Amino acid sequence: MHKKNISDDRKKYLRKKYIKKISIVITQISILIAFIAIWEISANKGLIDSFIMSQPSKILKTFINLSSNDLLMHIQVTCNETLIGFLLGTGIGIVIAIILWWSDFFSKVSEPYLVVLNSLPKVALGPVIIIWVGAGTSAIITMAIAISLVVTILDILNGFLETDKEKIKMARTFNCTKFQLLTKIIIPANVSNFINSLKINIGLSMVGVITGEFLVSKAGLRIFNKLWKPGI
Amino acid sequence: MKKILEIKDISKIYQAKNGEIEALKNINLIVYEGELLSIIGPSGCGKSTLLSIIAGLEPKTSGKLYIDGEETTKNSTKIGYMLQKDSLLEWRSIYRNVMFGLEIRHLKTEENKAYVEELLKKYNLYEFKDKYPSQLSGGMRQRVALIRTLAVKPKILLLDEAFSALDYQTRLMVTKDIYKILKNEKITAVMVTHDISESISMSDRIAVLSSRPATLKCIKKIDFNIENRDPLNVRETPEFSKYFDSIWKELDVHA
Ligand SMILES: Nc1ncnc2c1ncn2[C@@H]1O[C@H](COP(=O)(O)OP(=O)(O)OP(=O)(O)O)[C@@H](O)[C@H]1O
Ligand SMILES: [Mg+2]
Repeated sequence: MHKKNISDDRKKYLRKKYIKKISIVITQISILIAFIAIWEISANKGLIDSFIMSQPSKILKTFINLSSNDLLMHIQVTCNETLIGFLLGTGIGIVIAIILWWSDFFSKVSEPYLVVLNSLPKVALGPVIIIWVGAGTSAIITMAIAISLVVTILDILNGFLETDKEKIKMARTFNCTKFQLLTKIIIPANVSNFINSLKINIGLSMVGVITGEFLVSKAGLRIFNKLWKPGI
Repeated sequence: MKKILEIKDISKIYQAKNGEIEALKNINLIVYEGELLSIIGPSGCGKSTLLSIIAGLEPKTSGKLYIDGEETTKNSTKIGYMLQKDSLLEWRSIYRNVMFGLEIRHLKTEENKAYVEELLKKYNLYEFKDKYPSQLSGGMRQRVALIRTLAVKPKILLLDEAFSALDYQTRLMVTKDIYKILKNEKITAVMVTHDISESISMSDRIAVLSSRPATLKCIKKIDFNIENRDPLNVRETPEFSKYFDSIWKELDVHA
């Protein structure tokens, strides 16, 4: 809209910002390349033991080798499982957080249970989960949910309860219903919380899925550990 | 003169964890159509409590409340309440912020939308309607908050320290702007403030409360012999300091 009459200062400012952005990306890429290069060179020179630490060129070779052996299929399986676990974990977590926000009573009742569940090492639940839901994809997904669910509930509920009291009071001055309070104040005020939760959960679900795959899988990136074997 | 608000013998005792807190004791007060009444009293005496009871956000312990002739027991839609913080929703544009109350009450009619746009235009906010709250100054935000409250056409406007979050200069300007809006739109208003000068500069009458539990000490009528009264020009009149002295004495602030 205002493109036509940009002042010289503004141009300089925008240019500076642009250059900064570009330099950040270039530096990031350079670090990655340097890391791989140093890794490769030190392995070649025998500075590190490529049997234990592997080596980029070997990983690449194995990767190509595996590609013919359905590596892509395995990647896809893991990604799907992670995605499903992630969506379910986050979705169910948000729904439960909303229920607990709605009912102060339930939220107080569930508090000690949530705290205990949260501190439980979920990976240890693996065998139990297999007994419950069977040794298959469902066990893997349950593992992913188990890892992310409680954290999501606690984080989101905490955000809900910390929503600006003044905004809530303002909405109440217009006689809003509890449902309106939820949809028009609480949820929009917590968008950044949701995004944070999503970011954390994608990682957690991945951990859950890989753990699950170690325990039960017939397919998926557990095959990953084969990449570390120097030659297949 | 028409009574818009009648407070009869209202008392309030809070039930708190560590006992009862008596906040208000037998308050009687009448507010007439079109006037601006301010309530002043020592800090913590129960001023906000009184406004919350009028707005129906807080239940009263005893007494009766009549709004526009009808006895009211709960959150009335005839009340507009403006708080100290503007509480604009930063994820909504100014226009959607101003529409918030109408949206909550399902009153987004063409007529009401036109009224809101007229208010925005009249008070120089129309060109900012697509901006977001963070792009506005404190004074403008407070005006937006006022229009949000006026949009639902309340019979009475309650203001609780509505200007105290602003810096002194902005505050003077905003009181002037808001005074004009209230008088132009013929709004009946009850305003709570700590600031004696602010209450004198804006009010038609001032109710002075005692310290907690608040009782009504006295009501002072404020009259200025001045044309086009506004909160700034009255400050230079000789009456102003007389009013100040007498209210200061009533408040009995012994250090
Ligand atoms: N929800 C509540 N529960 C218990 N006590 C309360 C509650 N709200 C207020 N009080 C107490 O009631 C008294 C009056 O509070 P109120 O906020 O009405 O005073 P105020 O005159 O508005 O004070 P200020 O000048 O600080 O704004 C205070 O002692 C306060 O601690
Ligand atoms: Mg107060």
